[in-house]
Amino acid sequence: MTLQASPESKTDAVAAPEEHAGAPADGQFAPELPDDAPKAYRVKSRRREAAETILPPVVLGMGVIAFWYYISFIVIDESRRFLMRPVHDVVAVGFLDSANLTEMLSGLWSSAKVALIGLAIAIAIGFFLATIMSQAKIVERAVFPFAVTLQAIPILAIVPLIGFWWGYGQTSRVVVCIIISLFPIIMNTLFGLLSADRSMHDLFTLHHSNRVTRLRKLMFPAALPAIFAGLRISAGLSVIGAIVGDFFFGRGEVGIGQLLRRYANNLQGEELLAAVMMSSALGIVVFWTFGWLQNLVIGKWHETVQK
Amino acid sequence: MTTATTNGALSFDGIGMIFPDGTEALRDVTLSIAKGEFVTIVGPSGCGKSTLLRIASGLLDPTAGSVEVDRDRLGYVFQDATLLPWRTVRQNVELFAELHGFDSSERRSLSTAAIELVGLTGFEDHYPKSLSGGMRMRTSLARTLTLKPPLFLFDEPFGAVDEITREHLNEETQRLFQSEGFAGLFITHSIGEAVFMSTKVYVMSARPGRIVAGFDVAFSYPRHPELRFEPDFALLSGEISLALRGSHS
Repeated sequence: MTLQASPESKTDAVAAPEEHAGAPADGQFAPELPDDAPKAYRVKSRRREAAETILPPVVLGMGVIAFWYYISFIVIDESRRFLMRPVHDVVAVGFLDSANLTEMLSGLWSSAKVALIGLAIAIAIGFFLATIMSQAKIVERAVFPFAVTLQAIPILAIVPLIGFWWGYGQTSRVVVCIIISLFPIIMNTLFGLLSADRSMHDLFTLHHSNRVTRLRKLMFPAALPAIFAGLRISAGLSVIGAIVGDFFFGRGEVGIGQLLRRYANNLQGEELLAAVMMSSALGIVVFWTFGWLQNLVIGKWHETVQK
Repeated sequence: MTTATTNGALSFDGIGMIFPDGTEALRDVTLSIAKGEFVTIVGPSGCGKSTLLRIASGLLDPTAGSVEVDRDRLGYVFQDATLLPWRTVRQNVELFAELHGFDSSERRSLSTAAIELVGLTGFEDHYPKSLSGGMRMRTSLARTLTLKPPLFLFDEPFGAVDEITREHLNEETQRLFQSEGFAGLFITHSIGEAVFMSTKVYVMSARPGRIVAGFDVAFSYPRHPELRFEPDFALLSGEISLALRGSHS
């Protein structure tokens, strides 16, 4: 039994007790291996499940990197290599060069601040509008067409107008974020507020509840799942708004949009790609944060919260 | 139109209901429920039974007739449990006391007692999504019990649970009727349920709903599950069934 922990012995040990639990080959799963056979089998399949979850994206990611190298070194001529720098150059220049990294992180931070301020204002406006729309049908009818119009305007079409009115500094960047992220907040909040069952409303009617109690104890909690769905969409849009706004408005703090523009103009391929990756990382972090927040707030009671 | 009752807990006098779309739901319904009575109305689906309860509770105004009832502490148990999913069992049970402005220590003692009455002790911190249909209904019952209403309105509350659970809930409802001393108006389309719990069973016709027959149920309380196998039980159920068939054609 001393040298049993070989890969061959494991393949035929599916239903047998795994006595070589301490073998280094078992990695982090080793301490969990139980003595009876069915459980051992379950642990195996859990390990397999983990592999099935992690492997596909890793393999695809490696494929993409390989393809990237293929483009950088084989498809494009050396004189035009700035168009698609190889991965290790992007990492070295974009992420490992401290001056570049500092510049990008501070740009990213500036854009993140703009996105969060814009989002916060959009949430305040959106909640307010949705709440009064839920209380009075006439307000809903009045506001709805304008909310749809606001949504229908392509953001690029009004960016020049926003600069024209609010200047080319931080205010305009924030305005872009508000406009782009407002609609999903209004619509989802309104939909959520109106989603409580009639019988639940009857319950509050029977006990003579006033509007505020009804809103606070019934409509608002019932709206939370829809509100979070809206927030996740709006948070992503707000990040896009901050980068687009920054791209066009040159005054004030330099955000990641300004950097993208500068790197593109100066043909700094490595920095450009690194900045694009960081922008998408910001979007992902924001999306995750709101998903985490959603889980924290409604995860305990809501049926369909995604883990 | 509605005044506090003197002799009975609830009385309908010549109730008629025609909805704005022209549907006549109820026609000339007159009946009363006194303290200590548990009255059940059986009738086919869509005969306006639920409409009658909505009228009794004031959620709906009848187009004819009048209701006499004290609506201050009316108990209304809906068809579904109507629990707020973001509240635990205890928080749900405390809802009505909360809406009526009881402070938190009063709410706590009321909810503890009500949860014990329906046998949910130990499940106070569960959310509705992790409860079975029967347990949700028990929570709904407990919520209504907190205010100790003198009159309970039941709108087909056990229609959605399985047969065994329904029988258990019937037994508990009649036990609570005995121990808590409320008057009950129960709506159902199950004859067995009606006979098992009630002091009186009325049969309602298909739309427009009218009361077409009434039966006194003389079995003494507390009623045991075996009552369902007694010949008298079957006989009465058969008579009610016949009356229901007669009203259908």
